[in-house]
Amino acid sequence: MELEKYQIDLGNLMGFDATHHFDSIPSSREELAKLCLEKGTELVQAIANALFALPATEDRDGPIVHLPQPTTKLPREKHVCITKRKKGKRAFDEQTGTWKRTHGYDRINDDKDIPIIEAKLSDEPGEDPLGKRKDEKKKRIEKQKKNQLQNLKQAAKAGALPSHVQFAATALPITGTRADLPTKSSKEELENVAGMAATATASGGKFDWKLPGEKPLKHTGKHRKFLPVVEGKGMSSQEQKQTAKILEQLMAKSSNNILDVNKAVTVFNVKKERKRRMEKEIQRTTPSKLEPKKSLKKPSKKH
Amino acid sequence: MLKIKTPKTQRAKRALDNRAPKIVENAKKTLILHGTKTSGVVNAVLMQIYHMKRDNAVKYTKKNENIRPFESGGETSLEFFSLKTDCSLFVFGSHSKKRPNNLVLGRMFDHHIYDLVEVGVDNFKSTETFGYDKKLTPRIGSKPFFAFIGEGFESVEELKQLKEVLLDLFRGEVVENLNLAGIDHVFVCTAVSPTTVFFTHCALRLKKSGTLVPRMELVEVGPSMDLVIRRHRLPNDSVKKEATKTTSDQPKKKIKNVSSDIVQGKIGRIYIPDQKAGSIPLSNDIKGLKRERREAKKSKRAQETGENEAKKQKTCSDDHKLIGN
Repeated sequence: MELEKYQIDLGNLMGFDATHHFDSIPSSREELAKLCLEKGTELVQAIANALFALPATEDRDGPIVHLPQPTTKLPREKHVCITKRKKGKRAFDEQTGTWKRTHGYDRINDDKDIPIIEAKLSDEPGEDPLGKRKDEKKKRIEKQKKNQLQNLKQAAKAGALPSHVQFAATALPITGTRADLPTKSSKEELENVAGMAATATASGGKFDWKLPGEKPLKHTGKHRKFLPVVEGKGMSSQEQKQTAKILEQLMAKSSNNILDVNKAVTVFNVKKERKRRMEKEIQRTTPSKLEPKKSLKKPSKKH
Repeated sequence: MLKIKTPKTQRAKRALDNRAPKIVENAKKTLILHGTKTSGVVNAVLMQIYHMKRDNAVKYTKKNENIRPFESGGETSLEFFSLKTDCSLFVFGSHSKKRPNNLVLGRMFDHHIYDLVEVGVDNFKSTETFGYDKKLTPRIGSKPFFAFIGEGFESVEELKQLKEVLLDLFRGEVVENLNLAGIDHVFVCTAVSPTTVFFTHCALRLKKSGTLVPRMELVEVGPSMDLVIRRHRLPNDSVKKEATKTTSDQPKKKIKNVSSDIVQGKIGRIYIPDQKAGSIPLSNDIKGLKRERREAKKSKRAQETGENEAKKQKTCSDDHKLIGN
């Protein structure tokens, strides 16, 4: 009987039987399942034998073994990255010969510590060499940043942008106007909109629950009055009144009469009454007999 | 005008660093989605895979009609989803007359498609149909065993690829320390023919045996199905080389105070502490004086130091006396 030597990868808890082959495919599913489980049991037992042979440390949950590295090489998820080396917080400053911090106040390679900067023939008199150094450093940093951005853009164009880098637009694209940019709503705008949405409810936003910090609405309540569905006793039909009012208004609009007859008659009558009253007053106040007497007879209307 | 988005909060920075490429990578997450048309079988399979991989899987419920993994243009959506969810494995289910109960298992490298295997599911039996003692249910997140049976897994290319993909899909996190009490379940894959694999999931029952190693017993719990290989796509050689690249096992240790120069070679720096030259006592041997005077000075000094020592001893003994009393 030959020894069944299985390939066991303990790091993945995997066992592989490379020697097995089906001479005849079993007839039924149950047969196949049974056979597979049998072979599986053998394999798992072999893995367990190797696993329990490892030195185990006792823990409160159970024995813990240290698994070896997996032997089957599976492909990586992402490419290998370059590890960043960290600089220590303190470094030895060559200029002063002391230990100083790498960044910040009292740092190494600071321009302040340079005692003498020798002038070259190309330098003009009256130029500040330290200022010039500062400007040059700024330019270098800008150039570096620009190059970095350009490189990433090229990579994005080629489709190889690293997954942890994203771009943000800082200005308008070439086509498009300011109106196309999505604007962030201000606080007042949002409050107004919330108020408008509240008035869309049946009760006009009066009973809406407010979030903590939300100000009360300015124009609550309904602005329209509707007739009651069921009229009470003793009220003349409100609906009839409403419709009559609307009809009158419409008719008045469409009629071409400038003169309101009723109003004209009333005005005339009032004027007459006033005139008569005035004459009566005058008669009373003037006692002279020489005044021509007014006839007491009313002028007949028959003309 | 564009600028690079840099995280404004530490939390965002940590999240971004988690997704960045690393030397030792995170466990691969799986994206489970389906196409325009699915069958009941496909839905059940996707659901069961999702339940088995609950912690590190994302399941989408919408239909995706523009995902066709094997066509050249149909991968962009998949790659976008993979980027957004940070998933390197995906399971895409679909159903059509030509390819019934279809599953496409795929892997990504740098969020671009690395390789694909298309399998058809036959004779699917879900977890509910198996009757077993509920105490044996494998826990989510426990490391599974794998049993691959059949010479096909070594000789047939597609089966080799399927073996790798199944291993990647179900193995979970690569751990250094394993608790032997937490051994729960095993995936058994048998190569029935060069195109079919019988896949089943069993719970493990450890029984007492005479020796230290317990006897293993397999109880069928989980989904069991026949996987029929349809199409497959192997990775490009260059991409494969890139993906299987590994750095040396130990990280490069930075040796401090050593640098190399082209001219002088390896240079080291030595820092000497302050010597405090002002406070060192001068030697007794003054070489300027003539011999007798020199020796006289030496002996005088020696006497003085001897007296001091005697004084010290005396005071010590006095103390002892006092203590004694």
